[in-house]
Amino acid sequence: MSEQSRLSVFKTYKLYVGGKFPRSESGRVYEVTDSKGGSWLANAPQASRKDARDAVVAARKAFGGWSGATAYNRGQVLYRVAEMLEGRREQFVREVAEAEGLSKSKAGAAVDAAVDRWVWYAGWTDKIAQVVGGANPVAGPYFNLSTPEPTGVVAVLAPQDSSLLGLVSVLAPVIATGSTAVVVASEAAPLPALSFGEVLATSDVPGGVVNILSGRTAELATPLASHQDVNALDLTGASVDLARTLEEAAADNLKRVRRPAPEDWSTDPGTSRLTAWLETKTVWHPIGV
Amino acid sequence: MAFEYAPAPESRSVVDLAPSYGLFIDGEFTDAADGTVFKSVSPSTEEVLAEVARAGEADVDRAVKAARKAFTSWSALPGAERGKYLFRIARIVQERSRELAVLESLDNGKPIRETRDVDLPLVAAHFFYYAGWADKLSYAGYGPDPKPLGVAGQVIPWNFPLLMLAWKIAPALAAGNTVVLKPAETTPLSALFFADVCRQAGLPRGVVNILPGYGDAGAALVAHEGVDKVAFTGSTEVGKAIARTVAGTDKKVTLELGGKAANIVFDDAPIDQAVEGIVNGIFFNQGHVCCAGSRLLVQESVQDEVLDALKRRMATLRVGDPLDKNTDIGAINSPEQLARITALAEAGEAEGAQRWAPACELPSAGYWFAPTLFTGVTQAHRIAREEIFGPVLSVLTFRTPAEAVEKANNTPYGLSAGIWTEKGSRILSMANKLKAGVVWANTFNKFDPTSPFGGYKESGYGREGGRHGLEGYLDV
Repeated sequence: MSEQSRLSVFKTYKLYVGGKFPRSESGRVYEVTDSKGGSWLANAPQASRKDARDAVVAARKAFGGWSGATAYNRGQVLYRVAEMLEGRREQFVREVAEAEGLSKSKAGAAVDAAVDRWVWYAGWTDKIAQVVGGANPVAGPYFNLSTPEPTGVVAVLAPQDSSLLGLVSVLAPVIATGSTAVVVASEAAPLPALSFGEVLATSDVPGGVVNILSGRTAELATPLASHQDVNALDLTGASVDLARTLEEAAADNLKRVRRPAPEDWSTDPGTSRLTAWLETKTVWHPIGV
Repeated sequence: MAFEYAPAPESRSVVDLAPSYGLFIDGEFTDAADGTVFKSVSPSTEEVLAEVARAGEADVDRAVKAARKAFTSWSALPGAERGKYLFRIARIVQERSRELAVLESLDNGKPIRETRDVDLPLVAAHFFYYAGWADKLSYAGYGPDPKPLGVAGQVIPWNFPLLMLAWKIAPALAAGNTVVLKPAETTPLSALFFADVCRQAGLPRGVVNILPGYGDAGAALVAHEGVDKVAFTGSTEVGKAIARTVAGTDKKVTLELGGKAANIVFDDAPIDQAVEGIVNGIFFNQGHVCCAGSRLLVQESVQDEVLDALKRRMATLRVGDPLDKNTDIGAINSPEQLARITALAEAGEAEGAQRWAPACELPSAGYWFAPTLFTGVTQAHRIAREEIFGPVLSVLTFRTPAEAVEKANNTPYGLSAGIWTEKGSRILSMANKLKAGVVWANTFNKFDPTSPFGGYKESGYGREGGRHGLEGYLDV
């Protein structure tokens, strides 16, 4: 038997837009290195403003179907994401360990938490409306009901430090309630996010519901923050200075903005990331015979 | 047949107007730091009602400091005690409601029928509603012990001066915040009378501060670093400027901005009821309503029937003295607003829409605009896209429900919408698809303190009213 070791097959990392895996239209890539030693891991696509706009178009196109799906159906799909991620646990433990310079066991804990986070949000899809909506006892003969509705297309700057668990923690609540997402992955550690696109593609998540871009956060966030067809902006992965500039740009069409804040991805996520992307609609109708 | 009505004026003697009013800071009426004053004018007669101190940057600073100082003890009060102050305020508003209604009609120009039957009852109801929340915040769904934010800087418009004050102040105080509120420059008086209500209620000094003034005072308030929360009701343009100002800060913001609501009438709608709803939708409060049903979308097959009935009904609307109990449509709030309405109506004609208004005699003094409708309006016309904020209705038609949804949603606004049909499943399907924060089905322009109000898209964010209205004033 030959002792010669087999030469491994590298993966070409690609964007995930509209359910497909394109390279950046710009043809650009950038080097991604291991967070510890600085050794080369892969070339990631360096997405352009045009890629960001294409992603918004894909997200808008997917919004009608996804927001119109039943909450039960969205829950099933999110649970399927957890199943698919669990099945590729080993791959993600390796990628997260390299990306974040973690030990195998710590990376394993992060991946497990990411799987569990999908399960948590899968369970929320058909409960949040009962928790935040309801009948209002108006002083008159009227039926009056408030229900939460998804805000639309949400641009998400994923956290820079937590390449998978952080990404999942900001993405899952956006799509749980029926919005669609354009996510900018961690700039220095985009590989787990790009691989995660492959999980989504095999999880019954309709194409365009989640779009994942890698590249320079500021370069991609700028056109997203000023895009007139983006409804909301999650600045979690933005620096303080960048966040201010982006929030100013977002004012132009009054995007709903979530500002960056210190985060601990290991704690109970609560509901604030669900409600951040919800609109309350209140319907009145007279009561009479 | 035309009915003749004898004048039935409400007596203005219930209002004791002083010649001049100060700013209300730290429990005292005071002059502006630089001594500036402005005049508040009755839009129905152009009579000067009173001279009012005009707040500037130094006054904003003084008021915010007073509110900050008061915050420590106000937020530390047991919720039940805060609630009792609000209950007192609600009761005093009820006791003084006729006086406040007449005052509001004088200063704003809106009919006494509306201030007496809509504005004032809702003002009292808002304080009553949020009073009850003050000691129940831990049950509101925002965690076991939600905290107030601090000082709320609030800027309100002139269309419902006292009601917008109530929407702002009641939840802010219930949650344990203190307040600096700037009323609009054309309608400062009811807020200053409210300051007196606070004094009668024994509200601790500095908890509510009222700063009459112009946009510069509002901008200074929003930008002040001692303000933790900004609440604004007004134009989308100013709302965007506020969103830019607070970018990068920790300030929490809620914005209630403009609208261009579609009021959709299907062929199976009860026509007479729909016509009443259309009239209420656009002519209530002279159309000075952000959620006004300013675009009538009528199904093509009933267009003639609806428009004939609507014109007959419009011909019976009585325009004139706001204090006359028979008046349906009062005065336009200011010459600036009248000029804006006039310019947009002229643009409607210039762009090819057909203008119609009933024969209607307008008073010689004051600012007036006859109830007007435009037919032959397309989605490209300015009168279909821009908020007119006056008694001007743009009529468009549709054939299918899908077309109605598409036209209704074809606007950067998303505050409200109306649906008129007898078919329940169609109501629910339309309500699902309309991008609007409030949907009135077979009714219009209904408000209640328990019912969340606020918009999608460029109509702003956050909700006022109901349990939802607490969120904007809690650190959650």
